[in-house]
Amino acid sequence: MSKGVAITGMGIISAIGNNVAENYSSLLEGRTGISHISKIDTIHKGSIMVGEIEYTNEELQAQLGLDSNNNYSRTALLGAIAAKEAVADAGIANIRAYRTGLISSTSVGGMDMTEKFYYDYLESEDNRRYIEGHHAGDSTEKIAEQLGIDQSLVTTISTACSSAANAIMFGARLIKTGKLDRVIVGGADCLSKFTINGFNTLMILSDTYNTPFDENRKGLNLGEAAAYLVLESEFLIKKEKKKVLGYVVGYGNANDAYHQTASSENGDGATLSMEKALAVAGLEPKDIDYINAHGTATGNNDLSEGRALIRVFGQEVPEFSSTKAYTGHTLAAAGAIEAVYAILSLQNNIIYPNLNFKTPMKEFSLIPQTSLKEKALNTVLSNSLGFGGNCSTLIFSK
Amino acid sequence: MEEVYINSIGSISAQKTFDNNDFLEEITTYEDNILPVIDPNYKEYIPPAAARRMAKGIKMGVVASKIALEEAGLANVDAIITGTGMGCVRDSEKFVTAILDNNEQFLTPTSFIQSTHNTVAGQIALGIGCKGYNFTYVHSSVSFESALIDAIMQLQLREAENILVGGVDESGEHTNAIHKLIQYIKPEKINTNKLLQSKTGGTVFGEGANFFVLSNIKQDSSYAQVIDVKTFNTMAKSDLVSNLEAYLKGNNLSVADIDVLISGNNGDIDYDSYYADLTNGPFKNTQQVVYKHLSGEFNTASAFGFWLGAKILKSQHIPKAIALNAIKTKGLRIVLLYNQYRGKNHSFTLLRQC
Repeated sequence: MSKGVAITGMGIISAIGNNVAENYSSLLEGRTGISHISKIDTIHKGSIMVGEIEYTNEELQAQLGLDSNNNYSRTALLGAIAAKEAVADAGIANIRAYRTGLISSTSVGGMDMTEKFYYDYLESEDNRRYIEGHHAGDSTEKIAEQLGIDQSLVTTISTACSSAANAIMFGARLIKTGKLDRVIVGGADCLSKFTINGFNTLMILSDTYNTPFDENRKGLNLGEAAAYLVLESEFLIKKEKKKVLGYVVGYGNANDAYHQTASSENGDGATLSMEKALAVAGLEPKDIDYINAHGTATGNNDLSEGRALIRVFGQEVPEFSSTKAYTGHTLAAAGAIEAVYAILSLQNNIIYPNLNFKTPMKEFSLIPQTSLKEKALNTVLSNSLGFGGNCSTLIFSK
Repeated sequence: MEEVYINSIGSISAQKTFDNNDFLEEITTYEDNILPVIDPNYKEYIPPAAARRMAKGIKMGVVASKIALEEAGLANVDAIITGTGMGCVRDSEKFVTAILDNNEQFLTPTSFIQSTHNTVAGQIALGIGCKGYNFTYVHSSVSFESALIDAIMQLQLREAENILVGGVDESGEHTNAIHKLIQYIKPEKINTNKLLQSKTGGTVFGEGANFFVLSNIKQDSSYAQVIDVKTFNTMAKSDLVSNLEAYLKGNNLSVADIDVLISGNNGDIDYDSYYADLTNGPFKNTQQVVYKHLSGEFNTASAFGFWLGAKILKSQHIPKAIALNAIKTKGLRIVLLYNQYRGKNHSFTLLRQC
């Protein structure tokens, strides 16, 4: 197995907890964060189910010590909270002491403010400070500012639902090639009318709790979240005698090149991305101890991903589960959320249950892990598959 | 480590740049604060039915990439990496407008789907059947440079042989309107010949698609070698010269080695002073080139600057419309590009004749 890139810190905020510890206890207790929309001003309030974070924007602003004149979108607020937790967890006292970059990701960006003030901007000056936050990199710029990262490599990836996995992949490569000593990687997406209505028009939203890999699955629940990892070079780990939480040992990205929004029936892209990640890690399929699947609970994804799992792992598919039934599908953030969950799995030798599963799919005999399971884990594979045929796989090790 | 070459180009811009045999022989001047692109005949590249469904950004990106692939003699590539500040912003606007005007009812998914930032990269992959690595960077004025950094790393390490890299942004009506309100766009229409001397705040916005095949294998058609790209999220004006000197030194170069400086001046009096610190400072005796009076400003306008650098090195010629000073050096070997937007997201790029 390749040595991989060390992870020294992590931070997360999601519908099942405002930090790493809260997320982990929800995972253990099987506590879902899915409920009817309550915080967004939409006609779907009370009908569509999502994974909302309990804090209001005002509460998040207060936590960050922002004045009332700030122009943070909710994506930026969530991202800053999670990234700060990751940096604190890594015990970084002086972020400028080494070449430190930030690779963030988002799909919705500042759309929550854009849709709120879209016509208002034209009429009144009151909220025009948010116009600056219109471009997709704005939340990343604000997170960099919150962390004190300056004069450095800071960028944003947006590849729909695989975005954060790709941010982790790019960050790991920047460390491997020596371009940076340290990089904060992850993603953030808040809920917005834009995404709720967008997925609603695609008719892939479930009207109840999502049920990944179930024959009677009815679609996904959206969620909002942010999560970040701190990756550090081997040199830094030795020099600073850092505690390592785990390693990114494998990564792979491939394109399904099949359809703009749907995945190919046989999961070509996901098969390729898993194969690439295994090759980078120098591992065989049999070396994977647990798979955190993308498992969005749409008819299309779970069939395509399931077939890809069988293509890669044959009849020996290791224990797998999707945690989307806990958090909802957090879009660009999903890859980072599930990376944090993968590290927690490795640290605690725990496999999370795939909640809400009842009936096996008729197309194959794959059955996800449905109860909390203790197992000695050395490697966890995590999939993130998105629009535009974008397929990504990460492999983490102890 | 392998060397990285620009093997082909494809450009759609506010100038007639889609024909690779031309090099700014005819200049189109605009009297406006929003510059459209000069469209190629898209039907020559895309079936008309498909073209009608495509967002402008997709159309520009798909065609610019086809031009580049054709010139490189390739049907496919190992990876596709794009940069875009706003993605297909017209579709984002369309979907928001539909949500607001119809109170979230009667919506159709097309504009939502196209608004996804990686739509262009996804569509190019779909068009050529490319199952390789597919990334999209969306970070303001370093969107394209982020894509370059990624591609260069893969080519240097021989993880890929041919990578399609591009920057694409389309201009959106509402986005332009609100940027006029905060005067990021000049409130007055301006003759683009006079943009860079305007002495007022804001700039003119444009759009475009500039795509390149980068490779670690040199061809007869190669334009230039890409030496290095570096980005900075922030930079105090007082640190610019020292950062640039350190960057050059890191590449075993000094100011005296630079034959051409291509800078991203956009006529905004509040931020063009960054460029002036170079053009009036260490590079005052260097040939200087500017381009945003031809392309307009947009998040991936620097990809047009990259196109210029490639063209200059291959043709060994600097068209009059882009020369900022009268200095003429013989033998154009090394080109340095510097760009930033509103004092943030700075980039240095070095190209060498090959």
